[in-house]
Amino acid sequence: MPPSMALNWFRLSSPVSFYPIAGAWSYAFAVLAALLAGIGLVIGLWIAPTDATQGDAYRIIFIHVPTAWMAMFIYVVMAGWSALALGFNTRLSAMMAQALAPTGALMAALALWTGAFWGRPTWGTYWAWDARMTSTLILLFLYLGVIALRSAIEDPRRADRACAVLAIVGAVNVPIIYFSVQWWNTLHQGSSISLTAAPRMAMTMLAGILVMTAAAWCYAISVVLARVQAIIVERERGAGWLESLIDWRVGDDR
Amino acid sequence: MADFFAMGGYAWYVWMAYGAVAVVVGVEIAAVRARRRRAFDALRMSLEPPPSPALARTGDAR
Repeated sequence: MPPSMALNWFRLSSPVSFYPIAGAWSYAFAVLAALLAGIGLVIGLWIAPTDATQGDAYRIIFIHVPTAWMAMFIYVVMAGWSALALGFNTRLSAMMAQALAPTGALMAALALWTGAFWGRPTWGTYWAWDARMTSTLILLFLYLGVIALRSAIEDPRRADRACAVLAIVGAVNVPIIYFSVQWWNTLHQGSSISLTAAPRMAMTMLAGILVMTAAAWCYAISVVLARVQAIIVERERGAGWLESLIDWRVGDDR
Repeated sequence: MADFFAMGGYAWYVWMAYGAVAVVVGVEIAAVRARRRRAFDALRMSLEPPPSPALARTGDAR
Protein backbone atom coordinates (compact mmCIF):
# COMPACT_ATOMS: atom_id res chain seq x y z
CA MET A 1 0.00 0.00 0.00
CA PRO A 2 1.43 3.40 -0.90
CA PRO A 3 2.07 5.56 2.17
CA SER A 4 -0.30 8.25 0.95
CA MET A 5 -3.26 5.84 1.20
CA ALA A 6 -2.40 4.74 4.70
CA LEU A 7 -2.14 8.37 5.64
CA ASN A 8 -5.62 9.05 4.29
CA TRP A 9 -7.15 6.34 6.44
CA PHE A 10 -5.46 7.68 9.53
CA ARG A 11 -6.62 11.16 8.62
CA LEU A 12 -10.22 9.95 8.44
CA SER A 13 -10.04 8.64 12.00
CA SER A 14 -9.15 12.02 13.47
CA PRO A 15 -11.99 14.46 14.31
CA VAL A 16 -10.21 17.45 12.75
CA SER A 17 -10.07 15.95 9.27
CA PHE A 18 -13.37 14.09 9.58
CA TYR A 19 -15.39 17.18 10.46
CA PRO A 20 -15.59 18.73 6.94
CA ILE A 21 -16.05 15.31 5.30
CA ALA A 22 -18.97 14.59 7.65
CA GLY A 23 -20.55 17.89 6.66
CA ALA A 24 -20.28 17.20 2.94
CA TRP A 25 -21.59 13.63 3.25
CA SER A 26 -24.40 14.69 5.55
CA TYR A 27 -25.59 17.17 2.93
CA ALA A 28 -25.30 14.70 0.04
CA PHE A 29 -27.18 11.96 1.91
CA ALA A 30 -29.90 14.42 2.98
CA VAL A 31 -30.56 15.25 -0.68
CA LEU A 32 -30.58 11.54 -1.57
CA ALA A 33 -32.90 10.73 1.34
CA ALA A 34 -35.39 13.42 0.29
CA LEU A 35 -35.41 12.19 -3.32
CA LEU A 36 -35.79 8.53 -2.36
CA ALA A 37 -38.48 9.25 0.24
CA GLY A 38 -40.42 11.24 -2.36
CA ILE A 39 -40.28 8.37 -4.87
CA GLY A 40 -40.98 5.76 -2.18
CA LEU A 41 -44.02 7.61 -0.84
CA VAL A 42 -45.50 7.99 -4.31
CA ILE A 43 -45.04 4.25 -4.88
CA GLY A 44 -46.31 3.29 -1.43
CA LEU A 45 -49.29 5.61 -1.14
CA TRP A 46 -50.43 5.93 -4.76
CA ILE A 47 -48.98 3.43 -7.20
CA ALA A 48 -48.97 0.23 -5.14
CA PRO A 49 -52.37 -1.48 -5.40
CA THR A 50 -54.70 -1.94 -2.41
CA ASP A 51 -54.08 -5.28 -0.71
CA ALA A 52 -56.79 -7.90 -1.28
CA THR A 53 -57.08 -8.94 2.37
CA GLN A 54 -55.75 -5.98 4.37
CA GLY A 55 -57.10 -3.11 2.30
CA ASP A 56 -55.10 0.09 2.55
CA ALA A 57 -53.97 -0.64 6.13
CA TYR A 58 -51.08 -2.64 4.65
CA ARG A 59 -49.53 0.61 3.34
CA ILE A 60 -47.97 1.00 6.79
CA ILE A 61 -45.50 -1.67 5.62
CA PHE A 62 -43.61 1.02 3.64
CA ILE A 63 -42.58 2.76 6.85
CA HIS A 64 -42.77 -0.13 9.32
CA VAL A 65 -40.28 -2.45 7.63
CA PRO A 66 -37.64 0.26 6.92
CA THR A 67 -37.77 1.66 10.47
CA ALA A 68 -37.61 -1.84 11.99
CA TRP A 69 -34.64 -2.78 9.81
CA MET A 70 -32.86 0.48 10.61
CA ALA A 71 -33.46 0.04 14.35
CA MET A 72 -31.66 -3.32 14.24
CA PHE A 73 -28.99 -2.30 11.77
CA ILE A 74 -28.06 0.93 13.57
CA TYR A 75 -27.59 -1.10 16.75
CA VAL A 76 -25.15 -3.42 14.99
CA VAL A 77 -23.24 -0.43 13.59
CA MET A 78 -23.24 1.23 17.02
CA ALA A 79 -21.87 -1.95 18.61
CA GLY A 80 -19.24 -2.14 15.85
CA TRP A 81 -18.02 1.43 16.46
CA SER A 82 -18.10 0.69 20.19
CA ALA A 83 -15.86 -2.35 19.68
CA LEU A 84 -13.43 -0.22 17.65
CA ALA A 85 -13.49 2.45 20.36
CA LEU A 86 -12.72 -0.13 23.05
CA GLY A 87 -10.11 -1.97 21.01
CA PHE A 88 -8.17 0.96 19.58
CA ASN A 89 -9.15 3.69 22.04
CA THR A 90 -10.10 6.01 19.16
CA ARG A 91 -12.09 9.13 20.00
CA LEU A 92 -13.93 9.35 16.72
CA SER A 93 -15.25 5.76 16.92
CA ALA A 94 -16.76 6.50 20.31
CA MET A 95 -18.28 9.72 18.95
CA MET A 96 -19.83 7.77 16.07
CA ALA A 97 -21.38 5.30 18.53
CA GLN A 98 -22.63 8.25 20.59
CA ALA A 99 -24.17 9.88 17.52
CA LEU A 100 -25.94 6.69 16.41
CA ALA A 101 -27.83 5.98 19.66
CA PRO A 102 -30.54 8.68 19.43
CA THR A 103 -31.39 7.88 15.80
CA GLY A 104 -31.48 4.16 16.63
CA ALA A 105 -33.81 4.82 19.55
CA LEU A 106 -36.13 6.86 17.35
CA MET A 107 -36.16 4.14 14.68
CA ALA A 108 -37.02 1.50 17.30
CA ALA A 109 -39.79 3.69 18.69
CA LEU A 110 -41.17 4.27 15.18
CA ALA A 111 -41.03 0.55 14.38
CA LEU A 112 -43.09 -0.17 17.52
CA TRP A 113 -45.48 2.72 16.88
CA THR A 114 -46.14 1.96 13.19
CA GLY A 115 -46.41 -1.73 14.09
CA ALA A 116 -49.07 -0.93 16.69
CA PHE A 117 -51.12 1.02 14.15
CA TRP A 118 -50.76 -1.82 11.68
CA GLY A 119 -51.51 -4.52 14.24
CA ARG A 120 -54.76 -2.97 15.42
CA PRO A 121 -56.65 -3.21 12.09
CA THR A 122 -55.08 -6.54 11.06
CA TRP A 123 -54.65 -8.49 14.32
CA GLY A 124 -57.20 -6.62 16.43
CA THR A 125 -54.68 -5.30 18.95
CA TYR A 126 -52.21 -2.42 19.25
CA TRP A 127 -49.88 -4.45 21.43
CA ALA A 128 -49.21 -8.05 22.43
CA TRP A 129 -46.30 -9.58 24.35
CA ASP A 130 -45.27 -11.27 21.14
CA ALA A 131 -41.63 -12.39 20.86
CA ARG A 132 -40.66 -9.95 18.11
CA MET A 133 -42.52 -7.01 19.61
CA THR A 134 -41.11 -7.65 23.08
CA SER A 135 -37.53 -8.04 21.82
CA THR A 136 -37.91 -4.82 19.79
CA LEU A 137 -39.13 -3.06 22.94
CA ILE A 138 -35.97 -4.32 24.68
CA LEU A 139 -33.96 -2.88 21.78
CA LEU A 140 -35.53 0.52 22.46
CA PHE A 141 -34.66 0.17 26.17
CA LEU A 142 -31.08 -0.75 25.27
CA TYR A 143 -30.73 2.41 23.19
CA LEU A 144 -32.24 4.47 26.01
CA GLY A 145 -29.91 2.73 28.47
CA VAL A 146 -26.84 3.63 26.41
CA ILE A 147 -28.00 7.26 26.18
CA ALA A 148 -28.80 7.45 29.91
CA LEU A 149 -25.53 5.80 30.89
CA ARG A 150 -23.56 8.41 28.94
CA SER A 151 -25.39 11.29 30.58
CA ALA A 152 -24.76 9.73 34.00
CA ILE A 153 -20.95 9.68 33.61
CA GLU A 154 -19.21 13.02 33.63
CA ASP A 155 -15.84 12.05 32.13
CA PRO A 156 -16.47 11.53 28.39
CA ARG A 157 -13.69 8.96 27.99
CA ARG A 158 -15.04 6.81 30.81
CA ALA A 159 -18.55 7.24 29.41
CA ASP A 160 -17.22 6.03 26.04
CA ARG A 161 -15.95 2.81 27.57
CA ALA A 162 -19.02 2.14 29.73
CA CYS A 163 -21.40 2.78 26.81
CA ALA A 164 -19.27 0.63 24.52
CA VAL A 165 -19.49 -2.32 26.90
CA LEU A 166 -23.26 -1.94 27.27
CA ALA A 167 -23.72 -1.57 23.49
CA ILE A 168 -21.64 -4.66 22.75
CA VAL A 169 -23.34 -6.83 25.40
CA GLY A 170 -26.76 -5.64 24.23
CA ALA A 171 -25.99 -6.70 20.66
CA VAL A 172 -27.03 -10.24 21.64
CA ASN A 173 -30.60 -8.94 21.38
CA VAL A 174 -30.36 -8.23 17.64
CA PRO A 175 -30.24 -11.87 16.44
CA ILE A 176 -32.99 -12.61 18.97
CA ILE A 177 -35.20 -10.03 17.26
CA TYR A 178 -34.25 -11.29 13.83
CA PHE A 179 -34.92 -14.97 14.51
CA SER A 180 -37.80 -14.43 16.96
CA VAL A 181 -40.41 -15.14 14.28
CA GLN A 182 -38.78 -18.52 13.64
CA TRP A 183 -37.93 -19.50 17.21
CA TRP A 184 -41.29 -18.64 18.75
CA ASN A 185 -44.65 -19.22 17.20
CA THR A 186 -46.34 -15.98 18.19
CA LEU A 187 -48.41 -13.23 16.64
CA HIS A 188 -45.89 -11.46 14.38
CA GLN A 189 -45.64 -12.91 10.87
CA GLY A 190 -42.41 -14.16 9.34
CA SER A 191 -40.07 -12.18 7.12
CA SER A 192 -41.76 -10.05 4.51
CA ILE A 193 -38.86 -10.37 2.14
CA SER A 194 -36.66 -13.39 1.53
CA LEU A 195 -33.63 -13.65 -0.69
CA THR A 196 -34.19 -17.36 -1.29
CA ALA A 197 -37.94 -17.85 -1.67
CA ALA A 198 -40.05 -16.64 -4.58
CA PRO A 199 -41.51 -13.15 -4.02
CA ARG A 200 -44.81 -13.29 -2.17
CA MET A 201 -45.84 -9.76 -2.97
CA ALA A 202 -46.44 -7.55 -5.97
CA MET A 203 -43.33 -6.06 -7.54
CA THR A 204 -44.55 -2.50 -6.86
CA MET A 205 -44.90 -3.31 -3.15
CA LEU A 206 -41.40 -4.75 -3.05
CA ALA A 207 -40.04 -1.75 -4.95
CA GLY A 208 -41.78 0.62 -2.51
CA ILE A 209 -40.26 -1.14 0.51
CA LEU A 210 -36.78 -1.18 -1.00
CA VAL A 211 -36.88 2.50 -2.03
CA MET A 212 -38.19 3.53 1.40
CA THR A 213 -35.48 1.44 3.04
CA ALA A 214 -32.83 3.18 0.95
CA ALA A 215 -34.36 6.52 1.99
CA ALA A 216 -34.21 5.49 5.66
CA TRP A 217 -30.55 4.52 5.23
CA CYS A 218 -29.66 7.85 3.64
CA TYR A 219 -31.63 9.76 6.28
CA ALA A 220 -29.90 7.92 9.12
CA ILE A 221 -26.43 8.50 7.60
CA SER A 222 -27.18 12.19 7.06
CA VAL A 223 -28.61 12.93 10.50
CA VAL A 224 -25.97 10.87 12.33
CA LEU A 225 -23.13 12.66 10.52
CA ALA A 226 -24.69 16.04 11.38
CA ARG A 227 -24.95 14.92 15.00
CA VAL A 228 -21.36 13.69 15.07
CA GLN A 229 -20.28 17.15 13.93
CA ALA A 230 -22.09 18.67 16.91
CA ILE A 231 -20.49 16.08 19.20
CA ILE A 232 -17.03 16.88 17.81
CA VAL A 233 -17.55 20.58 18.57
CA GLU A 234 -18.86 19.73 22.06
CA ARG A 235 -16.04 17.39 22.94
CA GLU A 236 -13.04 18.96 21.21
CA ARG A 237 -13.63 22.40 22.67
CA GLY A 238 -10.16 22.55 24.12
CA ALA A 239 -8.57 21.81 20.75
CA GLY A 240 -7.29 24.83 18.88
CA TRP A 241 -8.42 23.73 15.41
CA LEU A 242 -12.09 24.35 16.20
CA GLU A 243 -11.53 28.10 16.14
CA SER A 244 -11.20 27.97 12.37
CA LEU A 245 -14.84 26.81 12.09
CA ILE A 246 -16.23 29.89 13.77
CA ASP A 247 -17.47 32.84 11.79
CA TRP A 248 -17.28 35.73 14.24
CA ARG A 249 -19.06 38.26 12.05
CA VAL A 250 -22.48 36.71 11.46
CA GLY A 251 -22.41 33.68 13.72
CA ASP A 252 -22.87 31.47 10.69
CA ASP A 253 -20.69 28.59 11.77
CA ARG A 254 -19.66 25.73 9.58
CA MET B 1 -58.52 13.29 -3.16
CA ALA B 2 -60.96 12.57 -0.32
CA ASP B 3 -60.69 8.91 -1.31
CA PHE B 4 -56.95 9.11 -0.95
CA PHE B 5 -57.13 10.52 2.58
CA ALA B 6 -59.83 8.02 3.56
CA MET B 7 -57.37 5.15 2.86
CA GLY B 8 -60.24 2.72 2.31
CA GLY B 9 -61.51 3.27 5.85
CA TYR B 10 -58.09 2.87 7.48
CA ALA B 11 -57.29 6.60 7.61
CA TRP B 12 -56.75 6.65 11.41
CA TYR B 13 -54.16 3.85 11.32
CA VAL B 14 -52.34 4.83 8.14
CA TRP B 15 -52.05 8.55 8.97
CA MET B 16 -51.17 7.99 12.63
CA ALA B 17 -48.29 5.81 11.45
CA TYR B 18 -47.09 8.09 8.62
CA GLY B 19 -47.73 11.22 10.71
CA ALA B 20 -45.55 9.91 13.54
CA VAL B 21 -42.67 9.27 11.12
CA ALA B 22 -43.01 12.79 9.69
CA VAL B 23 -43.08 14.35 13.17
CA VAL B 24 -40.09 12.33 14.41
CA VAL B 25 -38.00 13.16 11.33
CA GLY B 26 -38.84 16.86 11.66
CA VAL B 27 -38.11 16.94 15.39
CA GLU B 28 -34.84 15.03 15.03
CA ILE B 29 -33.54 17.35 12.31
CA ALA B 30 -34.49 20.41 14.40
CA ALA B 31 -32.88 18.87 17.49
CA VAL B 32 -29.59 18.14 15.71
CA ARG B 33 -29.46 21.67 14.31
CA ALA B 34 -30.16 23.13 17.74
CA ARG B 35 -27.44 20.95 19.23
CA ARG B 36 -24.90 22.17 16.67
CA ARG B 37 -25.90 25.75 17.37
CA ARG B 38 -25.53 25.24 21.13
CA ALA B 39 -22.16 23.56 20.63
CA PHE B 40 -20.89 26.50 18.59
CA ASP B 41 -22.33 29.01 21.07
CA ALA B 42 -20.48 27.27 23.89
CA LEU B 43 -17.31 27.18 21.80
CA ARG B 44 -17.57 30.89 21.03
CA MET B 45 -18.17 31.69 24.69
CA SER B 46 -15.07 29.73 25.65
CA LEU B 47 -12.94 31.61 23.12
CA GLU B 48 -14.26 35.16 23.47
CA PRO B 49 -11.93 37.43 25.41
CA PRO B 50 -13.34 38.46 28.81
CA PRO B 51 -14.78 42.01 28.95
CA SER B 52 -12.33 44.67 29.95
CA PRO B 53 -12.50 45.80 33.62
CA ALA B 54 -13.53 49.33 32.58
CA LEU B 55 -16.59 48.07 30.74
CA ALA B 56 -17.47 45.67 33.49
CA ARG B 57 -17.54 48.49 36.01
CA THR B 58 -20.07 50.54 34.08
CA GLY B 59 -22.23 47.46 33.63
CA ASP B 60 -21.78 47.77 29.91
CA ALA B 61 -20.13 44.42 29.39
CA ARG B 62 -21.46 42.16 26.69
